[in-house]
Amino acid sequence: MAERELKKRPSTTRDEEVVEEAAPTSDKGEKLKAELDDLLDEIDEVLEDNAEEFVRNYVQKGGE
Amino acid sequence: MAIPKVCGIETEYGIQSVGPGDANPIAASSVLINAYVAELQRRVGWDFEDESPGNDARGFAREDAPEVETHLVNAVLTNGARYYVDHAHPEFSTPECSTARQLVRYDKAGERVLTRSMEAAGRLLPAGEEIVVYKNNSDHKGNSYGTHENYLMNRAVPFARIVQHVVPHFVSRQIYTGAGKVGTEASAGGSADVAFQLSQRADFFEEEVGLETTLKRPIVNTRDEPHADAQKYRRLHVIVGDANLAEVATFLKVGVTAIVLAMIEDDWYGDRDLSLATPVRAIRQVSHDLSLSEPLDLAEGGTTTALGIQWELLELARKYADDRGLDCVGDEEAGQEVLRRWEATLHALETNPGSLANQLDWVAKRQVIEGYRERHGLAWSDHRLTAIDLQYHDLRPGRSLFARMPMERLVDEGEVIEAMTEPPRDTRAYFRGRCLQRWASSVAAANWDSLVFDLGSDPLRRVPMMEPLRGTAAHVDNLLAGCSSPAELLEQLGS
Repeated sequence: MAERELKKRPSTTRDEEVVEEAAPTSDKGEKLKAELDDLLDEIDEVLEDNAEEFVRNYVQKGGE
Repeated sequence: MAIPKVCGIETEYGIQSVGPGDANPIAASSVLINAYVAELQRRVGWDFEDESPGNDARGFAREDAPEVETHLVNAVLTNGARYYVDHAHPEFSTPECSTARQLVRYDKAGERVLTRSMEAAGRLLPAGEEIVVYKNNSDHKGNSYGTHENYLMNRAVPFARIVQHVVPHFVSRQIYTGAGKVGTEASAGGSADVAFQLSQRADFFEEEVGLETTLKRPIVNTRDEPHADAQKYRRLHVIVGDANLAEVATFLKVGVTAIVLAMIEDDWYGDRDLSLATPVRAIRQVSHDLSLSEPLDLAEGGTTTALGIQWELLELARKYADDRGLDCVGDEEAGQEVLRRWEATLHALETNPGSLANQLDWVAKRQVIEGYRERHGLAWSDHRLTAIDLQYHDLRPGRSLFARMPMERLVDEGEVIEAMTEPPRDTRAYFRGRCLQRWASSVAAANWDSLVFDLGSDPLRRVPMMEPLRGTAAHVDNLLAGCSSPAELLEQLGS
């Protein structure tokens, strides 16, 4: 199948990704989790105060 | 050989008035655009006069004054873009671009224009009032507004062939073009249990092919306004896409689609037919399936998946590139860059979609919404999740959630800022933009395929621009450099 052929295709991009995936992921995983936590902290700060009202009032006319 | 895939994107932005003032979105859109244009102190009306084959003359012609709409706000910017009020939304149409990467740059410049417009409007409005703009396609209440791509195609290609081959692409490309949405607005299909889906737009498509854009929206739109020589060209008007903030998503959306259209133009599919049995159903199935594994019925029998279709298209495209080259999407390197990205993205979608959180809108949005939901133990029906969805698209730097995410950039921010005022160098947008930079007060009106000059005493004079790839820097830089006035330019063009 085409899919399999493509997956077998050697490519530098693929090799790099494989290396990344094979590396121990705990450090990287923790770093990503910390980044996401920071992002969620920021969202807590900037999210519209009254989410329900904000969502209710966001009404658009159809376009195009 | 496929003709160059000159391309552009038109975006209707969501608009919201905050505060006690007039909440009429048409008025707000006008205020927004007027505020921007006034600060630029350049303003050129857009010429609504339709081109007809009889006007398709080379050189320039003396003509009577065209009718120019004045009650709507319309501006043509010095970067060759059009910025105007469409229905009840501010709309930004990029100038004609020659590559996906260039279009990413101009699409991003459009966002910056809208952001600056909000700031300009803020300086005019009473304290406590604000106009806010969102780059999305849905209000989560069943109302949708569009983001349309345009691609130049050879008029000789049978439209039925375009439909046959482009529909499976449009249905399946959502796996990387989707901007993500909390919930569903589909009126039919019994899919009320959709918590999050890939696409903003999939819920709104009800036909496979048609002329409509606002009702019974079709996957393939048949609007036939080439804005170029109608004997030679078609402009494929693609209404099925989402507005993307992620540059990688825009790059893939445009780059892959341009290659797919080139393959269709060159009849590269041969007997290969990826037609889906029920495309309208399939577009929702794909959007609603976060596992990316939903089987889709093929018209020929059997099933495939969205990923399966995209892998097949990539394989076709690799062979096409080897055999025909990819000059039609800018140049070989530009085309190869699309192929590399495309393959890496499909591979990541198959093995670890979360790794694309810095590249694709739906993955980025899903990650923060899931994270927020878990942190606060929220039900999917909680308004805060919908609020995050909306606020992802907010174009105010202080409020935008997208702007807080570590997204990969494909274009330098300095180039984006430059693109707010400078036209692309390798399409006719260059001539339009340069003329506006130098002689705005003498340009009575502009359209995609003409410029109309007002030299004072003479009748208005129209310069047709029926070839999207003429009027480039290479064509007209010397000409423009040798002219000190629009009168000289017109004399040179007419000689």
